[in-house]
Amino acid sequence: MRAAARRPAGRRFLKALRIRLPHVPLLLLSVFFFMPFLWMVSTSLKSITEVFSLPPHLIPRVFEWQNYKLAFERAPFLIYTRNTLFYSVAVVIGFLFSSPLVAYSVSKIEWRGGRILFPVILSTLLLPYPVTMIPLFMVFQKLHWVGGFAPLIIPAFTGSAFYIFLMRQFFLTVPGSLLDAARIDGASEIRIYRSIMLPLCTPALTSVGIFAFLAAWSDFLGPLVYLTKQLNYTLSLGLHAFMASHTVEWHYLMAISALFTVPIVVIFFVAQRYFIEGIATTGMKV
Amino acid sequence: MTRITLNRRRKNTLMGLLFASPWIIGFFCFTLFPIGASFYYSLTNFNVFQAPRFVGAANYVQLFSDESFYKGLYNTFYMTIVGTPVYLVFALAAALLLNSKLKSISIYRTIFYLPSIVPLVASSLLWIWILNPMSGLLNNVLKTLHLYQPNWLGNSSLTKPSLILIGTWATGQTMVIFLAALKDVPRYLYEAARIDGAGAWARFRHVTLPTISPVILFQIIMSVIYSLQYFTQAYVIAGSQGGLNVVSGGPENSLLFYVMYLFHNAFFYLKMGKASAMAWILFVIIALITWLLFRTSRQWVSYGSE
Repeated sequence: MRAAARRPAGRRFLKALRIRLPHVPLLLLSVFFFMPFLWMVSTSLKSITEVFSLPPHLIPRVFEWQNYKLAFERAPFLIYTRNTLFYSVAVVIGFLFSSPLVAYSVSKIEWRGGRILFPVILSTLLLPYPVTMIPLFMVFQKLHWVGGFAPLIIPAFTGSAFYIFLMRQFFLTVPGSLLDAARIDGASEIRIYRSIMLPLCTPALTSVGIFAFLAAWSDFLGPLVYLTKQLNYTLSLGLHAFMASHTVEWHYLMAISALFTVPIVVIFFVAQRYFIEGIATTGMKV
Repeated sequence: MTRITLNRRRKNTLMGLLFASPWIIGFFCFTLFPIGASFYYSLTNFNVFQAPRFVGAANYVQLFSDESFYKGLYNTFYMTIVGTPVYLVFALAAALLLNSKLKSISIYRTIFYLPSIVPLVASSLLWIWILNPMSGLLNNVLKTLHLYQPNWLGNSSLTKPSLILIGTWATGQTMVIFLAALKDVPRYLYEAARIDGAGAWARFRHVTLPTISPVILFQIIMSVIYSLQYFTQAYVIAGSQGGLNVVSGGPENSLLFYVMYLFHNAFFYLKMGKASAMAWILFVIIALITWLLFRTSRQWVSYGSE
């Protein structure tokens, strides 16, 4: 402190400048990251003539709020939204059921299989989706399930490597002595799992729930393969189909894209902590 | 005594199996069985309506003289080899910036991260519009700067660089992972390096990079696996030019990616056998590359004593 005070004012100024220097690239990058969002919202509020008027303005001359209403009337987007919500919630329930169960088995129960199972679970991360896509499509077709949601939802109830891994990382931080104490008191594994493990790990459960929701909400290839009936389209499929028939109606396309994105942004702002923590625990190392 | 431990061990095995049973069942039904079935299909001639007919290696032989197959491979490798380094270097640079001690850093972090959670169909559409040659945002910015305004998604040599640009916009995921890794680098290492007279670049090169190298390896592997299965963005962009029911690979097939061609074969041409063979080739490629990455990683990844 004292040494700094004795330093000449010019050098102190330089130091203050150097500390703030990162603002320059940070601001430039922010423009790159944020401009597309502004462009999306701006276009969604323009009239079709203004959409194509040159040079374009970022702030519409007239705000056409009814674009949002009109776009929704152009195609059954309300039904698509309901379908997407149904699909996403069902998948979340599936993964919240399966992932912690399996994670508990490979991290907190001492059995030889657990040590074999975990690497096998991780190795499925390498398996490309197209390998299983065709045979599963054939099976679901024989069951007459193609067109509906079952082929997309049922696999969630068996867990996925990514979410099991996330839960396991979290379970590992719970001291084994806590569980052993409960075991000595005669609590069954199911009881320990339900009354100790799950309540302790709600942050991890929240992260899994959020990631599963986002993945399902945005999923495209899965619905593209299975949801062949238009009444079952999700927003991804509906927006894609709408694009093909309304190529130049960018104000409508952007309005729907914006509404499609808003729920995710809201979830992000409500649960930011779980995003960051969840990503940090899964992305680091095995 | 031994009886009790034996009983306990049996009980543990039973419980372990019980808790893992959803995944074990799923593994047999949704992973192991389809892997086997897919290999069998790859040896057959098979459209959805008739039973598979065994043809041996014919699908594989046919693929090796199929121009579109090579085109798909080339386009996909392009995204992997050019895209992966671009994404990772960009994400690491952004993470280093986000690691500086500024009060407003959480606002920047939010802005940097948001693009990565936009649904792919929505972000692809948005970028088709941004890259629109006449009325798009980018070309109008270039126009005011008196720069050349290319037809980004219409010119076959620019389509893939455009896709990499779009991918760069959405690297928030990797950025946050790198940022977490950077925050984990022990402070005393930097202090020790400083005492030894290491400058900023030397500290980054000899302290930061080695310490976060396991995270970098993991990100390289995930990014490679992801880019080898590149599909949605290209499917939406190619579809925006050719229409929904037209089998399109973009201008001069420059957007015909491997999984897209596989999808065309399976669900448009109903050549399920050929598509299965493609899936298996992709599987082998991914396994090989992952193995190679792990092998070479021994030379540059350091696992600390922690």
